[in-house]
Amino acid sequence: MGIRFILMVNKQGQTRLAQYYEWLTLEERRALEGEIVRKCLARNEQQCSFVEHRNYKIVYRRYASLFFLVGVDNDENELAILEFIHLLVETMDRHFGNVCELDIMFHLEKAHFMLEEMVMNGSIIETSKANILTPIQLMDKAS
Amino acid sequence: MAMHGMRGLSVFISDIRNCPNKDQERLRVDKELGNIRTRFKNEKGLTPYEKKKYVWKMLYIYMLGYDVDFGHMEAVSLISAPKYPEKQVGYIVTSCLLNENHDFLRLAINTVRNDIIGRNETFQCLALTMVGNIGGREFAESLAPDVQKLLLSSSCRPLVRKKAALCLLRLYRKNPDVVNVDGWADRMAQLLDERDLGVLTSSMSLLVALVANNHEAYWTCLPKCVKILERLARNQDVPQEYTYYGIPSPWLQVKTMRALQYFPAIEDPNTRRTLFEVLQRILMGTDVVKNVNKNNASHAVLFEALALVMHLDAEKEMMSQCVALLGKFIAVREPNIRYLGLENMTRMLMVTDVQDIIKRHQAQIITSLKDPDISIRRRALDLLYGMCDVTNAKDIVEEILQYLSTADFAMREELSLKAAILAEKFAPDLSWYVDVILQLIDKAGDFISDDIWFRVVQFVTNNEDLQPYAATKVKEYLEKPAVHETMVKVSAYILGEYSHLLSRRPGCSPKEIFSILHEKLPTVSTTTISILLSAYAKILMHTQPPDQELQNQIWAIFNKYESCIDAEIQQRAVEYFALSRKGAALMDILAEMPKFPERQSSLIKKAEDAEIDTAEQSAIKLRAQQQTSNALVVTDSRPANGTPPQVPVSQLSLVKDHNSTDHALSHENGTLSKVDPQPPSADLLGDLLGPLAIEGPPGATVQSEHNAVSGMEGGPGAVDVSAIVPIEEQENTVQPIGNIAERFHALCLKDSGVLYEDPHIQIGIKAEWRAHHGRLVLFLGNKNIAPLVSVQALILPPAHLKIELSLVPDTIPPRAQVQCPLEVANLRPSRDVAVLDFSYKFGANMVNVKLRLPAVLNKFLQPITVSTEEFFPQWRSLTGPPLKLQEVVRGVRPMPLPEMANLLNSFRIMTCPGLDPNPNNLVASTTFYSESTRAMLCLIRIETDPADRTQLRMTLGSGDPTLTFELKEFIKEQLISIPMAPRAPAPPVAAPTTPAAAPTPQIPPNDPAALLAGLLG
Repeated sequence: MGIRFILMVNKQGQTRLAQYYEWLTLEERRALEGEIVRKCLARNEQQCSFVEHRNYKIVYRRYASLFFLVGVDNDENELAILEFIHLLVETMDRHFGNVCELDIMFHLEKAHFMLEEMVMNGSIIETSKANILTPIQLMDKAS
Repeated sequence: MAMHGMRGLSVFISDIRNCPNKDQERLRVDKELGNIRTRFKNEKGLTPYEKKKYVWKMLYIYMLGYDVDFGHMEAVSLISAPKYPEKQVGYIVTSCLLNENHDFLRLAINTVRNDIIGRNETFQCLALTMVGNIGGREFAESLAPDVQKLLLSSSCRPLVRKKAALCLLRLYRKNPDVVNVDGWADRMAQLLDERDLGVLTSSMSLLVALVANNHEAYWTCLPKCVKILERLARNQDVPQEYTYYGIPSPWLQVKTMRALQYFPAIEDPNTRRTLFEVLQRILMGTDVVKNVNKNNASHAVLFEALALVMHLDAEKEMMSQCVALLGKFIAVREPNIRYLGLENMTRMLMVTDVQDIIKRHQAQIITSLKDPDISIRRRALDLLYGMCDVTNAKDIVEEILQYLSTADFAMREELSLKAAILAEKFAPDLSWYVDVILQLIDKAGDFISDDIWFRVVQFVTNNEDLQPYAATKVKEYLEKPAVHETMVKVSAYILGEYSHLLSRRPGCSPKEIFSILHEKLPTVSTTTISILLSAYAKILMHTQPPDQELQNQIWAIFNKYESCIDAEIQQRAVEYFALSRKGAALMDILAEMPKFPERQSSLIKKAEDAEIDTAEQSAIKLRAQQQTSNALVVTDSRPANGTPPQVPVSQLSLVKDHNSTDHALSHENGTLSKVDPQPPSADLLGDLLGPLAIEGPPGATVQSEHNAVSGMEGGPGAVDVSAIVPIEEQENTVQPIGNIAERFHALCLKDSGVLYEDPHIQIGIKAEWRAHHGRLVLFLGNKNIAPLVSVQALILPPAHLKIELSLVPDTIPPRAQVQCPLEVANLRPSRDVAVLDFSYKFGANMVNVKLRLPAVLNKFLQPITVSTEEFFPQWRSLTGPPLKLQEVVRGVRPMPLPEMANLLNSFRIMTCPGLDPNPNNLVASTTFYSESTRAMLCLIRIETDPADRTQLRMTLGSGDPTLTFELKEFIKEQLISIPMAPRAPAPPVAAPTTPAAAPTPQIPPNDPAALLAGLLG
């Protein structure tokens, strides 16, 4: 299936965005987020960007105060996911201009729109920033 | 209304943000939920904007981890809003909040369908995305055809089609029975001609799922994938927007290579060549650059290329290149690359022939076992575990042991389990194995499951040489100041059984052993006390001449525990006391435990079971499974396929059936009271006193009884039964597992697999053929925990084959695998078959088998396609006998023509469709290689009679008369009989001689008593 979930969590451990591509109950989500946030946030810069958790892998990347955590199947290409995170950040950057945690927090819906253009059902659907942002720009223009 | 204009949402988010603590946050959330609920109740007054705002708030609250159990209807209802902003929110929030089984979703199906088949492409996209994310069965049933149509529609823009592709993927994956993909190969191939990289990216994901499910149907897509990869790798016609740090869509490159890994092989030489050129470029052309993103992206592609090269079984040279690259990676500073280097090296282990190159990096890998990063340590451990074999087991296990004391708790259990398994699998000698396990218990006792120490007990019991050694060792450990309880258990068991073997050594008198053990009693739990009591009873029994003082001491203990609250201990105390008062008569009852029959290690089984992975079966995994089935596996030592392992009956009756045990015991000894059902672990020890030994003096009887049983099962120690077994062509009492003839025939068609297997040994074979040369490797795997000796392998080659077998060692160590390369050269055409005369000795039992080697005529064929222009001149130039022979063959096994073509192809005789205008005829060609003929073209024509499929006319020509004749006969043999020898009648088996060996009941797997029996047997 590829990507199972994408989380954005700040360094205090607060979830800023959560998108799951498999159904988990609220309890399962809470437990999962708690466990992996604890695991990943404790790691330092010298450690690698991959953490094994249960039967999948977390590929994560930190940008200033915000962590991007992507849960993938064990046989997924880790570096491709790692750069996909960066692509996501660059895309948000192009839209918001110098994106920061607050942009995502207060424009949750836009972050969701972008993500929706990039990933569907756990598979990458689009990697061209222009194509990803077209619908949002259309909407901004319309309003 | 602009999205950023949702002031209410922003205010709420910032309120939450300003909450000083979790309680405040909850209060604020509850207030908001109350507010939303009230607003939704008076729905009539809500504007679409307000509805939208509240739905987003719900999503936000849900994301924070609070349950939102209302308002789903409102979210779903937004889907049918006429305007885009509301509709969009409806779709997105619905797919976040609801799962595929939610009832409300059903209400939306119609709207969704209308959006999908409607003309508004933004609506189409929204609807496809939601269905792609959460669409369930009903969606598949009502929408799949529409989605399929959109995907292929030429009037649809890429932005719709790419979503349709992934939408279809979801529907197909969730309901493969509903979504019909028959005949989709052509459409997929057509889709892969698409230029738009967005459509290609999502179509490739769809292709991966389809190919993973049925690669055969999608052959036509293979060259297209190669073409896409080539286009990207050469950066041809890749728009700037899809170039990431100068690299043409790394994600599509990765996905395409992933798709290619689901095809078992690439047969078309041109496609293969193109692909290898691209791969070679990636392997050689990926440099380390300063920019992190560029570096990561190019290495993402590189690692996928490595995986693909491994999968394709490239030339050895290219493989070595890959290992060299990985070797470089595992030594770099960059942790990500180091991690991936280790991970991919582990995958590489599945490729044969590179293990030796990987072993060169052992030191570096061991360094990584001490890396500060646990992710990397885990990878290193996995790799070490995978690369371990007889040659390096000592080093690797000792490294793991050393690391164990400093390892973090999260890893200790895994470390100790792996060390235990490796020690068992690859022990160069058994005393080392005992050392390792005892060290493990000493260093990581908390992480040692009972399985591990049970296993060591089995080994010690089954190997007499080991018993004094093990007893000395455990005694040493017991003398240490702090001893783990598991150590007390294993020591008590072993000292109870075998300490008498040491009694002449200083410090090892029964009294001394007893006091060392008894010192531990106050600190241990009840299960361990039970074991200690058994050990005392045994020590007492072994003390000859009796020691009055010791006896009083032990009796006092038994007396004390007669009133113990724990029923198990109480019972033992009572029984042991009563039994030990019987004096010499108790000798038999307390005799040593008999040998355990061979069985699969529960540890290895556990490790296998532990490998849970719900992910789609990847190509690598599939490969791994195929490999384990072909290649030699030394772990599984069940006596025969399909038959449940049989346990010596005397043990069985004790362990499996509580009631009969009780009867037996109480019959024997009037003082016994009713026995409670025991937990399995306690029972293991209860057996020490089993009625087993009552039947006769220890030693001889037990041995012979055991033989009777194991002779029946063909298991270890099958000695002396030959008198009952009628003399066969091979006077073996050991039965092969599987049909030898079938195995041989299978190997005539493929190049690796199992040639022979019996309860003691498995002989695997792997062959490579180049022109008239062949290189075979025999894998001789000892499945037992005792060595196989007097191993002999002789080749009886036919005159036309030159075969050199490398030295076969005389002994195969326990659980080891020995590889014996075999060089074959084909001198001239012949159908004769080489025979391997193989023998070994297990216990007193000599086993000899004669096995046909699959170095058969068709292995020296190479398929070749011949065009019309080439075929006919050649065909005509062969004018008649002896170069061209014709024969009417009768009694042909009737089969349709395509099947016959397949049959020929499987023997590397290539049919050339279209050469013969008559559809009832087959024309085929192949090249034969031998030293005398060199490469020689052979042409074959088969004319069939549709009215009578049992006969045909075959004409065959080549430049060598013998070749023509031999090949004709060879093909005839394949056509006439079913190339599968009839099952040889099973040789009669030694009948159970004692009534005790009555049929054992089939045991359900979840019966605890049966589990225990499994443990013992």
